[in-house]
Amino acid sequence: MSINQKSTANGLAGSLPNFRNLGILLRLLLFVNAAALAVALVQSGTLAEAWLELIEICARVQPPLIAVVLILTGLQPLLARLPFAAGVLVVTVLAAAVTAGWHWLAADLFGPAGEPERALMFAVLVTLAALSYFSLRARALSPALSEARLQALQARIRPHFLFNSLNAVLSLIRQDPRRAERALEDLSDLFRVLMADNRELTPLAREVDLCRQYLAIEELRLGPRLQLDWQVADMPGDALVPPLILQPLLENAVYHGIEPRSEPGTVTIRIWRDGDRVRALLRNPYRGEGDRHSGNRMALANIRERLLLHFDAEAQLTSSVQDNAYEVEIVIPYQKSSPEKV
Amino acid sequence: MSEGTAAPLPPLRVAIVDDEAPARSRLRDVLSDCALKLPLEIAGEADNGREAVALLEHCDADVVLLDVRMPEMDGIEVAQHLLKLADPPAVIFTTAYDEFALKAFEVHAVDYLLKPVRASRLLEALERVRSLVPPKDEALRGLRPGPRTHLSVNERGRIHLVPVPEVLYLKAELKYVTARTAAREFLLEESLTKLEEEFIGRFMRIHRNCLVAREAIRGFERIAEPGGEGHWVVLINALEERLPVSRRQQQLVREFGR
Repeated sequence: MSINQKSTANGLAGSLPNFRNLGILLRLLLFVNAAALAVALVQSGTLAEAWLELIEICARVQPPLIAVVLILTGLQPLLARLPFAAGVLVVTVLAAAVTAGWHWLAADLFGPAGEPERALMFAVLVTLAALSYFSLRARALSPALSEARLQALQARIRPHFLFNSLNAVLSLIRQDPRRAERALEDLSDLFRVLMADNRELTPLAREVDLCRQYLAIEELRLGPRLQLDWQVADMPGDALVPPLILQPLLENAVYHGIEPRSEPGTVTIRIWRDGDRVRALLRNPYRGEGDRHSGNRMALANIRERLLLHFDAEAQLTSSVQDNAYEVEIVIPYQKSSPEKV
Repeated sequence: MSEGTAAPLPPLRVAIVDDEAPARSRLRDVLSDCALKLPLEIAGEADNGREAVALLEHCDADVVLLDVRMPEMDGIEVAQHLLKLADPPAVIFTTAYDEFALKAFEVHAVDYLLKPVRASRLLEALERVRSLVPPKDEALRGLRPGPRTHLSVNERGRIHLVPVPEVLYLKAELKYVTARTAAREFLLEESLTKLEEEFIGRFMRIHRNCLVAREAIRGFERIAEPGGEGHWVVLINALEERLPVSRRQQQLVREFGR
């Protein structure tokens, strides 16, 4: 199946969540427990009673919930391959079966606990509600629907950069035509990626190449004012990252950290693997002045949104100012690019 | 250059100011194209605002091509300081892209060129230069919302730039305002009220005729007066001098203490 067909199918028919994602699991547990709390509130007259009721309901809901979650985590690869409707059926039947099993087992252990039909109805309704919540959420965050917004945000390379670069290339044409050629090649590679459909993840090595091309253009413009410190020897080049996740941050580093200074400044790029995570740290000189922060904040918000879209709660972006330096760190789960995915 | 022509005017002297070397080199190229049609010569080049002011006070340029966005001191502030010269050059701003600046340029009728600059457009601008007057200070103020980074004084034909962070206090005396740094005093031809508005937050008014840099305040001291309730004075870093706080501003002492 090609990538495009898959994404349109997903866009139209809804989709099952990835049960191996920490954020999804957390939401699932919260969702079911919130439902239990709602039931407890409806069933009891006072808040104190509701509290006791909740404890009782939890004793009956928690064990099957955890069992279902564990099984779903195991079944994830299989579920991902099923059509949406079949997936919903499998999950619902599974939830019902586990609930029924636990009901009989609990009756054996602690004595009868009401009609099994009620427990089954509760399990089925909560499962369907949870799945439709995840499906709606996936749609709200889906690249297909927010594509226009994402594209608009992504294409935010600064016009300032484009025109200054063109100006720098023009200056080279008479004196150093070869260097002008290289600069135009870099510029066109950069814009090819900027204008591409950037919904799919890309290998980290490719993103880093793009950053090098971008910085080559900036070096042309800024000369010795821009010093680079690449610390990427331990970088896992095959890790999958959202495209244009680093380049906009480097653009900010140059715009806010290097351009306002007349003396040379160093931009540090450090990328390394940390267990099952990939970390990237960018640092640039910074003096706590100036009022050009809004552009920076917009870029950070944009990247955060894309990290959320791709990795949910498993990725994070933090920024800090210390010792006249500005730092941004990105942490994402290490997913290898496999040949079948490309 | 085209000196042998029968042009009635001496060649136009053009200065180039831009922080990026390729941008300066590009302007040189385009100017050499223009030189075929309009006699001109390059009066000098600078790669930041301070150097630009130093260059332009002695290089006798007719016109300066001035980049707007530069580190330390931007082009608009350079143009403001140039007004202190007896015969300031005409200014043509150059900018790559800045939507706010572009709007401001139009509103204040200041001449500007967009980078990359075309030879034909540059020629057009240069041909107008002899009739061009330097931009008004009011117009330049309108182009940049923030305060200047330097104050400037014309001393015997030279522009002396005083970095604002070095100014300890500003004191109005008759026609002038004295700016005091740790090293010496400068006479500014500006009003204390305008300075107070421009550098709001940095300076604090302690007296009808005096603004003190908050960072320079070492402390306050109460001077007893025989028979009176006495008054406060401000102690200034690095100076022996004590500045009186007016009766009206006494509450500042308490606010500052917090």
